[in-house]
Amino acid sequence: MSVSAIHDDHHDHGPAKGLMRWVTTTNHKDIGTLYMVTSLIMFMVGGAMALVIRAELFEPGMQFVDPMFYNSMTTLHALIMVFGAVMPAFAGLANWMIPMMIGSPDMALPRLNNWSFWLLPFAVLMLMSTLFMEGGAAAAGWTLYPPLVLQTGAAFPFTIFTIHILGVSSILAAINIIVTILNMRAPGMTLMKMPLFVWTWLITAFLLIAIMPVFAGAVTMLLTDKFFGTSFFNAAGGGDPVLYQHLFWFFGHPEVYVLILPSFGIVSQIIPTFSRKRLFGYSSMVYATASIGFLSFIVWGHHQYTVGMPIEGELYFTYATMLIAVPTGVKVFNWISTMWRGAITFESPMLWAIAFVVLFTLGGFTGLMMSISPADLQYHDTYFIVAHFHYVLVSGAVFAIIGGVYYWLPKWTGRMYDERLAQLHFWLTTLSVNLCFFPQHFLGLAGMPRRIPDYALQFAEFNAWSSVGGFIFGFSQLIFCYIVIRCMRRQGEHASDEVWEGAGEHGLEFTLPSPAPYHTWETPPNVH
Amino acid sequence: MSPVPPRRSNTKVLAYIVLVVIAMFGFGFALVPLYDVFCEWTGLNGKVKTEAQAETMLRVDQSRWVSVEFVTTVNGSMPLEFRAGVNKIKVHPGEYQTVAFYGRNPTEKPLIGRAIPSIAPGWTTQFLKKSECFCFNEQRFEPHQEREMVVRFAIDPELPETVGDVSLSYTFFDISPP
Ligand code: HEM
Ligand SMILES: [Cu+2]
Repeated sequence: MSVSAIHDDHHDHGPAKGLMRWVTTTNHKDIGTLYMVTSLIMFMVGGAMALVIRAELFEPGMQFVDPMFYNSMTTLHALIMVFGAVMPAFAGLANWMIPMMIGSPDMALPRLNNWSFWLLPFAVLMLMSTLFMEGGAAAAGWTLYPPLVLQTGAAFPFTIFTIHILGVSSILAAINIIVTILNMRAPGMTLMKMPLFVWTWLITAFLLIAIMPVFAGAVTMLLTDKFFGTSFFNAAGGGDPVLYQHLFWFFGHPEVYVLILPSFGIVSQIIPTFSRKRLFGYSSMVYATASIGFLSFIVWGHHQYTVGMPIEGELYFTYATMLIAVPTGVKVFNWISTMWRGAITFESPMLWAIAFVVLFTLGGFTGLMMSISPADLQYHDTYFIVAHFHYVLVSGAVFAIIGGVYYWLPKWTGRMYDERLAQLHFWLTTLSVNLCFFPQHFLGLAGMPRRIPDYALQFAEFNAWSSVGGFIFGFSQLIFCYIVIRCMRRQGEHASDEVWEGAGEHGLEFTLPSPAPYHTWETPPNVH
Repeated sequence: MSPVPPRRSNTKVLAYIVLVVIAMFGFGFALVPLYDVFCEWTGLNGKVKTEAQAETMLRVDQSRWVSVEFVTTVNGSMPLEFRAGVNKIKVHPGEYQTVAFYGRNPTEKPLIGRAIPSIAPGWTTQFLKKSECFCFNEQRFEPHQEREMVVRFAIDPELPETVGDVSLSYTFFDISPP
């Protein structure tokens, strides 16, 4: 399938009319939009599930839901946020931005692109339909550990198939991104000139093609254990449930980096623009990202300190995990050095980026604490780790995505968003995210286990605060939806082509008109 | 205006990546035997051999005692009553001992089970020599039958001096046809 053949199909005309445009589209901007909209919807759905959890935990005792449903909520909340919200948001940003940033007219494999998107809504719908099946949705946590997960009722095979489809979808997206980046760069756009967002996605895509198949294999083994009498994880037949944990975390740890590397990329685009300086230490950023990608494959055991590991294993995984903090630290120092003595202005994208740097680092610190295996015996499976991964995922990954949306929304829609509302959104979100998750550190240290619908009385006060924070956070996102919808409906001030003062020097995308035309870079730009 | 001709053929890059994807899917399954090999090699997860080892004359180390504790568990909701005849014995490394376990089926239906052994600390599995064990075969219990089952084992005298206690545990899994 050659690019020119596809391209000639719709030479010189804009999008098709009507609904079919979205079903049949192979345009990277359309597909980017589809991904982003799906992601926003799933973010709200996953968020509603989180509010069910926080409502139940507002007070000790059982209030609203029964324990089984509660556990289904934690399971589906996590699966939806990871696979339905954060990963599609990154895929959407990749679709929109990578071709515009490297001077390519489209993605390399546009039809595949259509497929990789359209698998997604079916997968998440199937996942949500499991809530209504006999026996309820999967309730064993997003890690789907056997033997517990094998007790899932009718929902079990559907949950597994959902994972398969989501896996295929993200593998296809990753393939497309790799081919695009390797083959479609404008003349002069050497690898070491690529914007960091492109670099981080390239490495993320390699992680994805390496880990998603392993995860697909692991859940397939769950399926055959349940229905076809194999004993991969069944001790009675000579298997071992701990094997599943190894397979899962071989996938799972690189997966958490899939959820953060593109965020590093977004932040590395935003900070230089609003500091009016070049990114400090570009090449060290690239090497740091690559080393994080590599190291993420050899540290999975830090999720299993408590399942019984010989002392050598505990030591190895402790030191290897701590090693990741080194390249991560390099990145944080580079962002700070970029801001150093810059002529900084604090428009919304920059606020989100700065909050990202501060709060993500906080989550990194708790990660370091947990990497120490003897200390992790206390933290494991408590609210401490819940606080850890929400700092890195919400105030990390999600903050970067929201910052990226504010940064590029005027380019996509041609309209400036309402800056005053956006600032309100930022401050409400940042304060409430801390109110929600900071107290959870102390709950965890005091011994409150994760994944429970009820708790001892001494945890009541901090849980109440956490729930208040959670609800403010959730409802603040309605402001975000409103802001985005306004821009999408072409309301608000017109944005200039450059959008942000001097942005044209920081990325090819800001040398294009606003809104970006349906076809861009049909003649490749000259990159010097 | 014609778009830039791709530098390499897209299909070629695509083919390489698809190969990687397939290889990684295979690798996930390859990890299953690799994991067993690794565990056996390092003795990490206390997987105990499920075949008998012929009884050989070992040097009996009269100078020290090792205490061996027995733990019995029934998995899930299997109705079997399962216990060890003694909770704990003291042995000299190198001498063979026979220990009895008892299983009773309190139900009206026959029960078929399989006991899965494990030892703690896990790495001491290489020093456990079993010449006979009820865990080597399936065990069938007729309705209301109570049966004795035995384990015959020795601790290898090479067991490091620092180890004074080991625990042997057996978990019964229900494998009765439904
Ligand atoms: C310096 C960086 C990091 C270190 C040292 C670190 C360390 C750890 C450790 C040791 C655990 C296991 C805790 C336990 O189960 O007891 C853990 C859990 C987790 N981490 Fe991190 N982490 C880091 C960064 C990240 C990032 C960037 C993300 C995602 C964006 C992340 C997401 C998670 C998640 C989701 C879990 C929980 C998994 C679960 O059990 O459900 N971490 N981390
Ligand atoms: Cu990890």
